[in-house]
Amino acid sequence: MAALVLGLTGCKQQGGGGDAAGDIVIGEVAALTGGTATFGTSSNAGTKMAVAEINMAGGLLGKQVRLVTEDDQSKQGEAGTVAKKLISRDKVVAMLGEVASGRSLEMGPICQKAGVPMISPASTNAKVTEAGDYVFRVCFIDPFQGTVMGKFAISRGWKKVAILIDTKQDYSVGLSQYFKEYFAKNGGTITGEQSYGSGDKDFKAQLTAIKAGEPDAIFASGYYNETGLIASQARELGITVPLLGGDGWDSPSLVEVAGSAIEGSFFSNHFSNEDTSPKIQEFVKKFQSVYGKVPDAMAALAYDSGMILADAIKRAGTTEGKALRDAIAATKDFDGITGKITLDEKRNANKSAVVLTIKNGKFSYVETVAP
Amino acid sequence: MKHHTSHFALLLALAVSLGVSLCSSQLDDYYLDIMLNVGINVILAVSLNLVNGHTGQFSLGHAAFMAVGAYGSSMVTLEMGASMMRVLGGAGPVAESVTFLVALLVGGVSAAVCGWIVGMPSLRLRGDYLAIVTLGFNEIIRVVLQNTNGDGPFGGALGLKGIPAYTSFFWVFATAAIAIYTIGALVNSTYGRGFLAVRDDEIAGESMGINTTRYKVLAFVIGSFFAGLAGGLYAHLRTTISPEGFNFLKSVDVVVMVILGGMGSTVGVIVAAVVLTVLNEFLRDFEQYRMIVFSLLLIVMMIVRPQGLLPAGLFQRRKRA
Repeated sequence: MAALVLGLTGCKQQGGGGDAAGDIVIGEVAALTGGTATFGTSSNAGTKMAVAEINMAGGLLGKQVRLVTEDDQSKQGEAGTVAKKLISRDKVVAMLGEVASGRSLEMGPICQKAGVPMISPASTNAKVTEAGDYVFRVCFIDPFQGTVMGKFAISRGWKKVAILIDTKQDYSVGLSQYFKEYFAKNGGTITGEQSYGSGDKDFKAQLTAIKAGEPDAIFASGYYNETGLIASQARELGITVPLLGGDGWDSPSLVEVAGSAIEGSFFSNHFSNEDTSPKIQEFVKKFQSVYGKVPDAMAALAYDSGMILADAIKRAGTTEGKALRDAIAATKDFDGITGKITLDEKRNANKSAVVLTIKNGKFSYVETVAP
Repeated sequence: MKHHTSHFALLLALAVSLGVSLCSSQLDDYYLDIMLNVGINVILAVSLNLVNGHTGQFSLGHAAFMAVGAYGSSMVTLEMGASMMRVLGGAGPVAESVTFLVALLVGGVSAAVCGWIVGMPSLRLRGDYLAIVTLGFNEIIRVVLQNTNGDGPFGGALGLKGIPAYTSFFWVFATAAIAIYTIGALVNSTYGRGFLAVRDDEIAGESMGINTTRYKVLAFVIGSFFAGLAGGLYAHLRTTISPEGFNFLKSVDVVVMVILGGMGSTVGVIVAAVVLTVLNEFLRDFEQYRMIVFSLLLIVMMIVRPQGLLPAGLFQRRKRA
């Protein structure tokens, strides 16, 4: 036992930043397997593309960038362990990830304690960046997304909205809460509040109760898997009003499952790959040529998180934790794929959201809602 | 003589874990994290082994007791930690330790009470039926926690955040040593004969005047207590817990450790807990094939050694009829 401890103690190396080959090492925690693997693989693709581009352009500070990705199996507890591994074994200078808020919350305090800046691409839960001043994100937060959809519903003249919450997901609970707050404060009425859990297949009981309240729209804030089923079952029950949702709808599976039932519904998102701006179209084309598919919001956000980190390393001129943190915090009007990103004093990205609708089986752009 | 040896082993284990803990800041964070995971899994596996191995009942709800312990102890440190520290004379290692000890005990006792409540009616069931009831209890705990109010004491689906990181090498391995000692001593006592009688032949045991229900409930309550302690340690190691982390799969993980190690063999179960936890880390290089490799290894193990790594009887010289 004592020998083992001595051996392990000996393994602890001092100093950080860079490895034997003199590369800059960046860590990424993503869910490559398990329940939210689609998000993890998308964000991983975006990050990889960003790193490849940085290296193609000559790297950073005269060094190449090496990305070390660890899978957390979409499991609680794993994210913390792999974050510790990346920091103490791989000596990463900064951390990218996680997409899921629950797992980012786990990584935050670890990165904070180690003094390694962390940028989450898509954790929208408000509490994530409260872990400390080393934790950032490049996406907007749940309050904002809930508020955006509340604003959108009011602007469409919908006065009565029913809410359907996935109580298993922090995300859905948070979104619904802020939607409700904004909507009720601005003259709307919540006609009913029903809940379900991820993995449920039958929503007829909830939908029947919702139908009785005769809402103008239904705010279904869960993820795409259940939303697809909810949409088709709502139509079967003769509910014709549109569904509203957040960025958790962003997956081709939504339309595959729901078919025509989801037509005319709306959701908020980080970016639209239909956006005609040349920067976005160039990104979409490049992504398609590498991965053979159109990038979703997770890929775009992960790409932006990598690019913002690269930009900060360049501005800081070093990979030392404190200086790098300050440089990331100073990010202002960064022209990313998902919009002009400015990090505010709470380390959240201040930027606008887009509202998309489903038209002819495709996500199409409706409007941009400013913060 | 033998009795003194095990006392000595317990004291030695406590001393070593305290010693290592004092220099744990010199340890690599990642390795320390793996070791703590190993320790927590050992506590879980050894405590489940009392129920599944020694007493021969099939419980599939160990994660639920872990959850009760995790939430119970976290609520003590989160809600009352500050005032307790004040009473104990301000923040400091002593006040922290006392607070954590109280929190762990609250977690363990609440888990034990839950174990008693579930065990009383359901331990009259046998075999598969008990497995279903415990599985159901696991889901009930998880779903209830999930559906609590987000601003409430349980935090709903979000779970609890900002739990103080009190768990250290000493706490984990001292608890593990106490768990191993207690369960080992229990199994080698009159009670142990009772547990074994229940496992080997319930009807024969009953006709010999053994109150089988009492022994089953006792094993279940003690197992739950240690699972609750493990939960408390886990919560204060991770600093954030959510109901999803205590799902059915977590229970299965522990059951796998017990079966792989050899039902009823304390040493085997400890080895399995260590091997499986460390293996999980080693297989990281395989990335997305990790779970396939992991499953294949388990299948091969079960074909080659169906009795487990170190089956019962290898280390315990027990008279067999």
